Amino acid sequence: MQRRTLFKAALTAVALTSFQATMAFAENPVLKIGFVGVTSGPAAAWGISNQRSMETRAAWINETGGYTIGDTTYDIEIVSFDDQKDPKRAIAGMEKMAQEGIHYVVGPNVDDGAAAVRPVAEANGIMYFPYAFPKSLYQAPASNAVLGMVANYQSGPAIYKHLMENEGVKTVAFIAANESDPLSQRDGGVEAAKALGLEVVSDNVTYQVDTTDFTPVLTPVMRSRPDLLVLSGVSPANAPQLIRSARELGFEGLISTETAQDAGVLAEGAGDLANGFISVGGASTPELASPMMNEFVDRYTKMFGEYNDESNTKVYALEYILETLKADPSAIDNVEAFQATMDSFEAPNPYMNGDAKLRYVGSTSFGQKRQVAVPLVVNVYQDGAFETLFVAEVD
Amino acid sequence: MEQILANGVYLGSQYAMIALGLTLIFALMNVLNFAHGQMYVIGGFVTYTFYGQWGVPFVLALVMSCVTLAILGALIERYLFAPVIKGSAREESTMLLAAGIAFFLDAVILLVFGEKQRGVPKIVDGVFNYDFRLIMPYDRILICVLAILSIVAFIGLMQYTKTGRALRALAQDRTAAQLMGVNVDRYSMIGFALGAMLAGLVGGLLVTITGVNLGMGGPTSIKAFMMVMIGGAGVISGAIWGGIILGFMEAIGLAVLYQYGDITYLLIFVSLMIFLAIRPQGLMGKPWG
Repeated sequence: MQRRTLFKAALTAVALTSFQATMAFAENPVLKIGFVGVTSGPAAAWGISNQRSMETRAAWINETGGYTIGDTTYDIEIVSFDDQKDPKRAIAGMEKMAQEGIHYVVGPNVDDGAAAVRPVAEANGIMYFPYAFPKSLYQAPASNAVLGMVANYQSGPAIYKHLMENEGVKTVAFIAANESDPLSQRDGGVEAAKALGLEVVSDNVTYQVDTTDFTPVLTPVMRSRPDLLVLSGVSPANAPQLIRSARELGFEGLISTETAQDAGVLAEGAGDLANGFISVGGASTPELASPMMNEFVDRYTKMFGEYNDESNTKVYALEYILETLKADPSAIDNVEAFQATMDSFEAPNPYMNGDAKLRYVGSTSFGQKRQVAVPLVVNVYQDGAFETLFVAEVD
Repeated sequence: MEQILANGVYLGSQYAMIALGLTLIFALMNVLNFAHGQMYVIGGFVTYTFYGQWGVPFVLALVMSCVTLAILGALIERYLFAPVIKGSAREESTMLLAAGIAFFLDAVILLVFGEKQRGVPKIVDGVFNYDFRLIMPYDRILICVLAILSIVAFIGLMQYTKTGRALRALAQDRTAAQLMGVNVDRYSMIGFALGAMLAGLVGGLLVTITGVNLGMGGPTSIKAFMMVMIGGAGVISGAIWGGIILGFMEAIGLAVLYQYGDITYLLIFVSLMIFLAIRPQGLMGKPWG
């Protein structure tokens, strides 16, 4: 008898909790935003920082009453799919988004995945925000992809030029992992360096993506004694090891990359040897971060235990989607309306101090506005934190 | 040339240690442990947590990695592999189980340790530099020496202790060992625990050099399988030679062929295919298994 009473009490409690949860969730209609990217394997850090940025922002919006688009206030739900950095899985992920009636997706994280999902996205009326650099994704006749960050062919020349003018850099060496994204970024970097008049002293050394000890890989590069060593498309997992090996081999020049990095990872993996390392960041350095950015970092940290500096660039995509929908509520299930709005869209950038704007750019690189205008913040690592080296804009 | 030799010795010693645990488990139980790389990663994260996060002395952290992995290995053998081996004569059952454990451990690692690359403070500072002809950081030299000493200790254990003799007997002929009074269940568990412990030990050693991240498990397992295939599956000395050969091939390839791009591993794989076509049992394996 007692057991039966206990069982009934438990059942009632579960039912009540479920009801309450349903009621809480059902207060607003739900707007689903998708994420298709890599959240497992060696490159998991890229996708997980994306996914967690979106989940942090969505939880924040929902906690504060939802997001109003037109006359309706929505709760935001993030629907995630791990593509395992496999183009076939990325297609399956985008198909899942289509089946769920989702029209706005962040990701994929890499070139081949972003290229693979294009037909699915265009056939199913999905706008997607990849972190991939091939220009063909964003140039007409392609229409549905929006580059979610600054491309290496935009940041690279700015960094090299800055270092030529301020540090007297004359020679440069490139090293890249042997896979499509880093190799294409290396080729773009070499082209940009040559165009600026830099002498490229080494550009053919590559490494397996699962390399763990870079001393043998870097030894021939060090013999070329460049002023600047560029780690093309380097993942946050490999950057500290490459820096450490280069410094231990006696390299005293500058080291840079055009990808986003995490200060904590650099501190743990390379310590003081990472001082002076130049990378592309977002807007979380103290002088640039707005109170909203600081709150985002706090909420992310509370939600997941630890912040990832890569999220400084990945905080933007969801904000762009929601702000653009707010600007034209009819776009909520109509990507043509979304695309039309992109041309004139402008809103305050809530994550940066000053009068920075959210707007779409890319006319120079792609011939149409298919890129989010995140600030090109170039950071330098120093004693466990990033400092802003310079800030530029991309058009 | 000096640098190539030094890199070869260094890479070879760490690779040999990675392969030892894998080949031991294969020799004892005929199990291809696809989760070996994940065990290596857990070993790295345990040392990271104790040494890097909590400030415990490195040696103690290394011991914790060994103990954790030995316990994990024993539990996996006792509650997962042993029942499957008893209940199924098909080899693919244990292969599927091992693959499942690998995925499971990957998920656990992500949940517990996160997605980021982790590293620990250097255990020894400074770089040995002989006229820029031979450059080797002191911590790499120390890890290389420790790896070689660990391999020697493992060989000693296998050759001169009762446990080692029992494990070797099991590896040679399971039924005969049982008839001679070896407690097969007990020593299978001990052998699996020892194999997992070796993965934990090398993971803990190498976290000081390479750091550790969630995605290292799969590639580590693949490299370990390559070494085992070169040396001969289930043969301890074969795993050591396999590791040394792979280490030297990598060191020589990276030094000599760098101007042709990343063809070192391409050539290693081609060489391995040709080698296995000629000698499928590996360097020291027996054609009959």
